[in-house]
Amino acid sequence: MKLNRIIKTIFLLEFVKALAIAIKEIFKSKKTINYPFEKGRISPRFRGEHALRRYPNGEERCIACKLCEAVCPAQAITIESKPTADGSRKTIRYDIDMLKCIYCGLCEESCPVDAIVQGPNFEFGTETREELYYNKEKLLENGDKWEQTLAENIKADLPYR
Amino acid sequence: MAKQTKTLNLNFGPVHPAAHGVLRLILELDGEVVEKADPHIGLLHRGTEKLIEHKTYVQAVPYFDRLDYVAPMNQEHAFALAIENLLNLEVPIRAQYIRVMFCEIGRILSHLLNVTTQALDVGALTPSLWGFEERETLMTFYERASGSRLHANYFRAGGVHQDLPMGLSEDIEKFCNNFPKIIDDLETLLTDNRIFKQRNVDIGIVTKQEALDHSFSGVMLRGSGVPWDLRKSQPYDCYENINFKIPIGKNGDCYDRYLCRIEEMRESVNIIKQCLKNMPKGPIKTIDGKISPPKKSELKNSMEALIHHFKLFSEGYRVDSGEIYTAVEAPKGEFGVFLISDGSNKPYKCKIRAPGFSHLQAMDYLIKGHMLADVPAVLGSLDIVFGEVDR
Repeated sequence: MKLNRIIKTIFLLEFVKALAIAIKEIFKSKKTINYPFEKGRISPRFRGEHALRRYPNGEERCIACKLCEAVCPAQAITIESKPTADGSRKTIRYDIDMLKCIYCGLCEESCPVDAIVQGPNFEFGTETREELYYNKEKLLENGDKWEQTLAENIKADLPYR
Repeated sequence: MAKQTKTLNLNFGPVHPAAHGVLRLILELDGEVVEKADPHIGLLHRGTEKLIEHKTYVQAVPYFDRLDYVAPMNQEHAFALAIENLLNLEVPIRAQYIRVMFCEIGRILSHLLNVTTQALDVGALTPSLWGFEERETLMTFYERASGSRLHANYFRAGGVHQDLPMGLSEDIEKFCNNFPKIIDDLETLLTDNRIFKQRNVDIGIVTKQEALDHSFSGVMLRGSGVPWDLRKSQPYDCYENINFKIPIGKNGDCYDRYLCRIEEMRESVNIIKQCLKNMPKGPIKTIDGKISPPKKSELKNSMEALIHHFKLFSEGYRVDSGEIYTAVEAPKGEFGVFLISDGSNKPYKCKIRAPGFSHLQAMDYLIKGHMLADVPAVLGSLDIVFGEVDR
C-alpha cells in the first residue's frame, strides 16, 4: 500500500492517466458548433419569438378573448378590441412588450384558437429597446413569415396538446 | 515594545469570478489568514415571495424556475407538491414518474455544474468544459419536454404540462448508458489529482453536530456523515418505489462533499433508469377539470371544457384555505415552500426556504482560520446559487 503510494507520487501517475484521457479526447469529433452558420437543434415545443397566425384564407385567428392578456404573469400583453363590420370581434391593438415577456408559454397555452404562438425564432435582438415593443402588424408579419414552421410544429405536437 | 498588528479588510466580489454570482464577501485578513468573513447578500433580490402573492397559482410557477436556476424543475416540484397537499389532489402515476425523472436530471445538472466549477475555482479548467457538454445534452431534454432550456414552467399542480414527446425516453436512456463513463473521466481528472486534493482535503471541515446546528441540509449535511435525505425519510411522489442509496461523507471537508456529489450523480442515473423502466402509460395530469385545463381539441366540441379553459386561464383555481410546509430534496438541500391559502385564487403568503441561504450563513464559521486561497474552495463546495439565496 505504502509502496504503491510512493510510486504514484514519484511517477505522477494520476497526471499521466489524466493526460492520456485528454489526448484521447483530441481524436474525438468536435462538440462545438460554428454558431451563426450552424445552429443547435430545437424541438417543436420551443418557446421563442411570438407570432400571430392567420387562417389559410387570410383572416386573423385572434378573436380578442383576452385570455393571454389575463394569464400573462409578466403583464406584457395589451389588447383592445372592436366588433368588425361582419359582426365578429377582432383586435384593434395587440401589443407585446418583448422586454417584459418571460417566455413562459402561458399565452400560447391559453389561446383557444392557436392564434398567438411562440415560434422557433430566437434571434430577434435589436439595437434599440423601441424595436422590441411589438405591435399587431409586427406580430402578424412574424406569423406570415414563420407560418410554415409554426403549422408544422403545432401538427407535430398535436397529440400532446 | 509590543508589536501592533492591524487586520486588512478585503472585498471578495460581487464581481469576483469565484464568488459564484453576486456575493459580496467582506473578509478580515490577518496576513493571509481569514479572521472573519461577512457575506453581504441581496444584490439579486427580486421580491419573489411578495410577487407570488399577487399572481394566481398557475402564474406563480415560472418564479420557481428563477430561484435555483441551475436545476429549475426541482423548485417547481416543491410548489406543485404544496398546492397538491392543500387541495388533497391525487397525481397520476405517470406524472409522478415524469416529475421524479426530471428532478433527477436537474440534480445531475446542478451537481455537474458545481463539481466542475469547484474544480475551476481551484485551478482545473478541463472538467468544466466536459461538464458543460453533458449539461447541454440534459438541457435539450428539458427543451424537448417543456419548450425551454432553463425556465421550464413544466410542473403543474396535479401533474405536468405535456406528455413526453416521442423518442425522448429513448434518448434519455441512451444518455444514462453513456453518462457513467463521463463521470469516470471526470473522476480520473479530479479524484486522485494531487493539486485538487491539496486544495480540498481538510478544508472547511464541518462536524456532524455543527452541520445540524447550522441547519445544513443536502450534501452539506451528508458530507459530514448524517444520512439524511428527504427522498428517503419522507418520500414524496414515487420515490418510495425507487431503489437508491444515499452517499455520505466521513470527514465533512470540501473533498468529501465533492465525492458525495459525484456519487449522487451516479445514483441519479440509476433513478432515471428505474423511472424509465417503471413508467406506466396513462394521464400526465389530474383529470379534475377544475384544476387542470382540458385538451385543446376538446374546446371546439365541449361547452364544459370551454368554460373550464376560460375559468382556469383567467381566474385560475381556488385553493382551500389552510397552510402547509412542503419540502423536497433539491440538489442543494432541503428546498421548502410554506404556503398559506385564504381560499382565493392567489396564495396569501408563500415563504420559500432556500438551502443555500443557511449554508451561506455558516460562511464565517467555515472559513475562520483558513487561508485566503481557501475561500473559493469552500464557497465552491457550499454550492451557492444566488437566485435562491436572495430570492
